[in-house]
Amino acid sequence: MHAVILGNGVSGATAALRLRELRPEWRITMVSGETTYPYSRPALMYVFMGHMRYRDTKPWPDSLWADRRIELLRGWVSEIDTKERSLKFEDGNRLGYDRLLLATGSRPNLFGWPGQELKGVQGLYSLQDLALLRENVKRARRAVVCGGGLIGIELAEMLHGLGLPVTILAREEWYWGNILPREEGRFVSRMIVEEGFDLRLSTGLSEILGDGEGRVRGVRTSEDEVLDCQLVGLTAGVSPNLAALEGSGIPTRRGILVDRSLRTEVEGVFAAGDCAEIETGGDRNLLQQVWYTGKAQGRVAAASLAGIEERYEPGIWFNSAKFLGLEYQVYGEVPNRPGEGRRHLYWEDFEARRAFRVVEEGGAVCGMDILGGRLRHRVCESWIREGRRLEEVLEGLGEACFDPEFFPRPVERIRKEIREVAG
Amino acid sequence: MNQIRNPLLQETLFDEEADDFAAPVSPLPRRVTPLEGIAYLLLVLGSGGFLASILGWIGGGWGSFLFVFGSLTAGGVLLPWARYGNTSPGVKNDRTFFRGISTRGITGWAAGVLLTGFYVVLYWRSDLLEGGIRLVDPLALVLTGEEAGKWFLYGFLYSLAVLLFGFRMILRWRGNPYQILRTFSVIFFQLGLAFLLPHLLALFEQPEFYFTYFWPLKTEYLWPSGFRWLASHPGGLGVFMAFWGLAMTFLATPVLTYFFGKRWYCSWVCGCGGLAETMGDPWRHLSNKSDAVWRIERISIYTILAVVTAGTAVLWINSAMEGGLLGTLSQGFAEWYGFLIGSLFAGVIGVGFYPLMGPRVWCRFGCPMAAILGLLQVKASRFRIETNGGQCMSCGNCSTYCEMGIDVRSYAQKGDPILRASCVGCGLCSSVCPRGVLRLGGRK
Repeated sequence: MHAVILGNGVSGATAALRLRELRPEWRITMVSGETTYPYSRPALMYVFMGHMRYRDTKPWPDSLWADRRIELLRGWVSEIDTKERSLKFEDGNRLGYDRLLLATGSRPNLFGWPGQELKGVQGLYSLQDLALLRENVKRARRAVVCGGGLIGIELAEMLHGLGLPVTILAREEWYWGNILPREEGRFVSRMIVEEGFDLRLSTGLSEILGDGEGRVRGVRTSEDEVLDCQLVGLTAGVSPNLAALEGSGIPTRRGILVDRSLRTEVEGVFAAGDCAEIETGGDRNLLQQVWYTGKAQGRVAAASLAGIEERYEPGIWFNSAKFLGLEYQVYGEVPNRPGEGRRHLYWEDFEARRAFRVVEEGGAVCGMDILGGRLRHRVCESWIREGRRLEEVLEGLGEACFDPEFFPRPVERIRKEIREVAG
Repeated sequence: MNQIRNPLLQETLFDEEADDFAAPVSPLPRRVTPLEGIAYLLLVLGSGGFLASILGWIGGGWGSFLFVFGSLTAGGVLLPWARYGNTSPGVKNDRTFFRGISTRGITGWAAGVLLTGFYVVLYWRSDLLEGGIRLVDPLALVLTGEEAGKWFLYGFLYSLAVLLFGFRMILRWRGNPYQILRTFSVIFFQLGLAFLLPHLLALFEQPEFYFTYFWPLKTEYLWPSGFRWLASHPGGLGVFMAFWGLAMTFLATPVLTYFFGKRWYCSWVCGCGGLAETMGDPWRHLSNKSDAVWRIERISIYTILAVVTAGTAVLWINSAMEGGLLGTLSQGFAEWYGFLIGSLFAGVIGVGFYPLMGPRVWCRFGCPMAAILGLLQVKASRFRIETNGGQCMSCGNCSTYCEMGIDVRSYAQKGDPILRASCVGCGLCSSVCPRGVLRLGGRK
C-alpha cells in the first residue's frame, strides 16, 4: 500500500508521522514543491528578520524522516488523476498512489486588483514568497501593505525593521476588524500608529500602478489617494490552495469538500488542514486555517487513510497572535460585534498595554480574550466547557494567569472594575 | 478569483538551507547614529588606552585608570543606550543571524581568538600583562591595601564586564521583570560578593573568601587543606566561613533547588553564570542543539563530578591517614585538577569560546556544581517549565535562544512540561516565545 501526502505543512507532516505509527508496513511519500523538509510557516517572519535561520524553524530533525521511512519528494504537482490514481508533476514525472491525502494549504487572496501581476507585488505565505521579498526590498524605498490582519502586521513589522516607511491599508474601521471586537481593534490600531506605522483604516486598495516597465510605482486607495511605493504586500487573508485539483473531479467549494473523517467523495482521496472544507450537515461548513487545527486534522486524516474510523471534532476554539510586541490570546467565542443575548465585559489599561474581555451568554461565560498577557489554556477551556458563571471566572482569574514570574498581575483591578460594570 | 496565480510566486530559485537565504539586503543601510558614534569612540579610546598601558606606553596612577576605565564604562553604557534606549519593550533579536560577530563570521572568530588569547596570557604568561596590572593599582590599594596582582586585574575586568553587559541586558529586556531582576541579581552577587567583599576581607586580614562559590565548584573549600586553613584562621570568621561552605553545599543547595530549581544558583547568583548571562548573551544562540552533543554533555559533566567527588573523598582519607595513602600525590591531584578543569576548561574554553560555542560551554559540559544541581533538579525539585496547552506553533525561537542547547520546542509542541538537568532557568525561552507558551514555574 502506497500513501502519498501532498503538502508537507503541519497537517501533512503530522499525518505522515501518525500514519507511520498506525501502518508500519506501508510505503509513505510526502510531496512538496515548497521545501524538502517541513518547517514552521508561522516562523517565516523570524527568518527574514534574522532571529533564526530557516533550518531552526524545522519542528523535527531532518534525520527523523529517514528513521520513520517517510520518503520526501520535492516537486510541484500540476495534475491529479483520480482514475489512474497518480500525480503528475510539472516536470512531467508521475507518481502513483493507493491513498492520497491533500494537505495543500492556502494561498494569499488576490481579489483581481488591477496591477496585481506587477513586479514588486506579492503575498506572504510560502518560503518562495520570502525569497521573493528579499529581492523585492532591494529597490524599495516605501512599502504599502494591503490587508489589516495577522500576516499584514507581520509583513509590516518585517519591512519596518529594515527602515522602510510602511503604510498599512485596512478596509475595516479598526485593525483586524473581522475578528477583533471594537475596543481591542482600537487598542491595537493605536499601538500600531504609536510604533511609527502609517495606518489607514476604512481604506481599501483600488488599483496598483505600474511604472510602464512592469514594476510597481504606487497604489491608488479607495479614497482615491495615490501612494508612492516600490513594494506592495497583499495580505488580505488566505484561501484554500486548489491549484493542483483542476480537472481531478474532486469536489470543491471554497475548499476541498470532506466529511467529518476528512474523506472526499472520491475513493481513496482525503484532505486535511487549511485546504479542507468539512461538511457539517449544518448551515455552515468548517474551514479552519490555524496551526493547531491543521495538526489535529492531520492526526484524524492519518487514521482515515489507515482505514480507522475517527472523526474530527473541533474543540473549544482558541488562538493566539502577536501584534508587534503585544501578545494576544482568545479562548471560546468572542465575536467582533455585540450580539443578541450576549454580554460583553471589557477592561483595558492602555498605558500598561493590557486588556481583557469576558463574554457571557445565558449566564455562562462563553469566551474571553486578553491583550498583553498570557492565560492558562487548560483553565480557560474548562471554564468555557463547563459554562461557568461570570463571578466564578472573576474569582478564579489568578488561577488562569500564565504570565511569567514577577510580571505585574492586575487581577484585583480587573476583578473589581469588571464587577462594577457588570453590576 | 482566488485561482489567479501570481507568476512570480513559484519561480524564484533559492537554496533555503543556505545561511543567508533570507538575509534581506536593506535598501536603507543602517546608519550609525551620533550617539552610537560617540559610544564607539569611547570604547576605542578605552581599549586603546588599556593596550597602551600593557605595552608600557602610558604609566599608572589614577589619571590613567580613570581615563581607560572611564572611557570603557561610558562607552559601554552609551552603546546599549543608543541602541535600545528609545525602543519599545519586546524581543530585540533582529539581524542576530546576519551579523558576523554573532554567527562565527570573521569578527566572531576574532573575538574568540582575542578572548581565548587573553585567558592564555593571564594564566601562563601574565608577565606580558604587567602594565595592565599596574593600571589597576590605585583601586587595589584602596580596596586591599596592597598593589594589584593579576587576579585583581582579572576580577576587576570580569566585574566590569558583568556590570556593563548587564546594563545592556536590562535595556534590551525593558518590560520584562524576570530578566531585569535576574540581571540585577547577578550584578549584585558578582560586584558585591565575588569582587568587593573578598578584597575587603583581605584588607581586614580575614581569609579571602567567596560566599557565592561552594564545593564542588570551589573545590578547595571542602578539601582538607582549604577547610583546615579556613577553620584554623584566628578569629571566629574563618570558622564561620568553613561552616558556611559546608552548609551551602549540603543544606542550602538541595533545599533551594527543591523550591526554585537549579536557577537559584546558575542564573541568579553564580559568577560564571553571571558572565554568561551578560557578556555571553549576544552568543547564546550558538549552543549546539543536537542529540549527539546532549550525549557528550551527560558523559562529560558527570565524569568531572565523579572525579571531583572521588578526589575529595581520597584527599580526606589521605589526610586522615596523615599522607599514608597518597603521600605527595595529593598535592599533585589538586594541581592537575586546578590546571585542567579550573584554568583550561572553565577559563580558556569556558569564556574564550563564547563567540564560537555560546556562553555556557563550561556550565554545560564541565561544571560539577551544575551537575549536582541538575541531578537535584530532575530528581528532587518542584521546578518545571510549564507549557500552555496547544498554543505552540513550533516556530523554534525557544530552542534557538536556549544557551544550554535544550531543544525546548520538541517538548513544547507536544504540550509536555520541560524538565531537563541542564536547564539553568534563564527564562529566555519564555521571553522570546511569540505565543506565550512557556512559563518557568513549579509543579503544584
